[in-house]
Amino acid sequence: MKSITKQKPFEEIMGQLADIGRVYIIGCGTCTTMTGTGGIDQVLEMKDRLQEAGKRVSGWTVIPIACDEMTEVSIKENKRAIEDANCVLAMPCALGVHRISLYIDRPVIPAQDTLFIAVEDAPGYFREVCAQCGQCILGETAGICPITACHKGLVNGPCGGTNNGKCEVDQEQDCAWTLIYERLEKQGRLDLLRKYHPPRNYQVTPRPRMIKI
Amino acid sequence: MVSSFKDALNSGRFVITSEIAPPKGTNLEQMHHHIELIRDKVDALNVTDHQSSVMRFPSIGGCLAIKEQGGEPILQMTCRDRNRLALQAELLLAYTRGIRNVLCLTGDAVPVGDHKEAKGVFDLDSSQLLRTVRLLESGKDMGGSDLDGAVEFCAGAIVTPEAQPIEPQLAKFEKKVEAGAEFFQTQAIYDLDSFSRFMEYARQFPVKVLGGIVLLSSARMAKYMTENVPGIFVPQNLIDELSVAPRGEVLAKGIEIAGRMISALKKDSICDGVHIMAIGREEVVPDILAAAGI
Ligand code: SF4
Ligand code: SF4
Repeated sequence: MKSITKQKPFEEIMGQLADIGRVYIIGCGTCTTMTGTGGIDQVLEMKDRLQEAGKRVSGWTVIPIACDEMTEVSIKENKRAIEDANCVLAMPCALGVHRISLYIDRPVIPAQDTLFIAVEDAPGYFREVCAQCGQCILGETAGICPITACHKGLVNGPCGGTNNGKCEVDQEQDCAWTLIYERLEKQGRLDLLRKYHPPRNYQVTPRPRMIKI
Repeated sequence: MVSSFKDALNSGRFVITSEIAPPKGTNLEQMHHHIELIRDKVDALNVTDHQSSVMRFPSIGGCLAIKEQGGEPILQMTCRDRNRLALQAELLLAYTRGIRNVLCLTGDAVPVGDHKEAKGVFDLDSSQLLRTVRLLESGKDMGGSDLDGAVEFCAGAIVTPEAQPIEPQLAKFEKKVEAGAEFFQTQAIYDLDSFSRFMEYARQFPVKVLGGIVLLSSARMAKYMTENVPGIFVPQNLIDELSVAPRGEVLAKGIEIAGRMISALKKDSICDGVHIMAIGREEVVPDILAAAGI
């Protein structure tokens, strides 16, 4: 499982740093390293670009797993350089940004757009497989999630746009309901295709979603 | 009587519906003109609901215009733009204003339209919306509360008889029947043999099926549809017929083809009626009917 990110355009980052002179940069050694958006190479590259653009970089670090509790230790170790900056430019995914914000009073500016949680099908190919909807129906859809794999998140079968196994929004994209049909057929469970699913219950996990374990 | 359209469906005669597209803007002149031209020649007129996810004057506005002009409207409702509160509320409004027919659709995807950055809602899907219509008829809403005044509709849905693979489409069709669909308007059909096979299957269900007739206005359009529109297959002989038509007579050829198909469907009682979609050329609907001998 990986948190998939896309680095924001440099101009957008510069826009957020408009009134800020000194910046401290934090990267992450896990997901954004693996996606090549916020690991050590990208942190150093960002440092150079910021300096070229006239910013002072008071320091940088790459936290091994920015979303876990060891982040606090790392931030304490780098306290001085962080306090020497007017803000932190955070290059982990948004989960890391939230974690970092717990320990730093300075503004924390995200350098990434966090897209989705994915599994890696083949090296470099990431696919969203779960939107954490709170009511898992994989048991009735042959293990293919229509909430994420169907463009419209339909739970009662294909829409009228299904086209020779492809989705109406993109000829390259498989129609989730064709995939579900094919796999149910292989499993000899086509009767599930006729099962009615009532409207989803969005109250199952009201927002903001929280739980105490 | 729920609606004159429902009476027509139950009368056993060949039923004709067509559709109008509301304008993009507030100039209603052309829409009124199309309604005027067609309303007396059909049993009911659909009004599309931001068709192809292109923002327009609302479906319910078009239906009210049809009522005002003495016609029988079918309110097309998609689940793309409204959550379950808004959908139920609109059904209440429609009922109080004399609209008695509703076509329940999931709706096209947002990115195929002209507001690509919008949020698609899809809180419900077509089969859930059909059940919602039936629930409101029972005097309850989806929250479980009692309604002070219920609704009553003749409710329908769509089906794509040429969809590939066909099995999931048929499963969905059956779900819609179970959800309470009384009539179906089909996606455009051109291959009457394969449509007849679909009708043999559909006949086992207690629903009325109106075959979808989309006017072919040129060979290019026919080719485009067969290559790009999901579930539409235009046989080569029809494309050829259009491409050899002399310049200036191509539209007349398209009208002739549509008329021919309608009379064949009617003559052999293949289905219960037709739904004519002239897409942007609504003014020729009377000509299509004349060509069909209706
Ligand atoms: S149905 Fe899909 S989104 Fe919901 S929990 Fe299961 S896999 Fe995740
Ligand atoms: S074509 Fe298939 S995947 Fe695409 S929106 Fe329709 S049902 Fe979903």
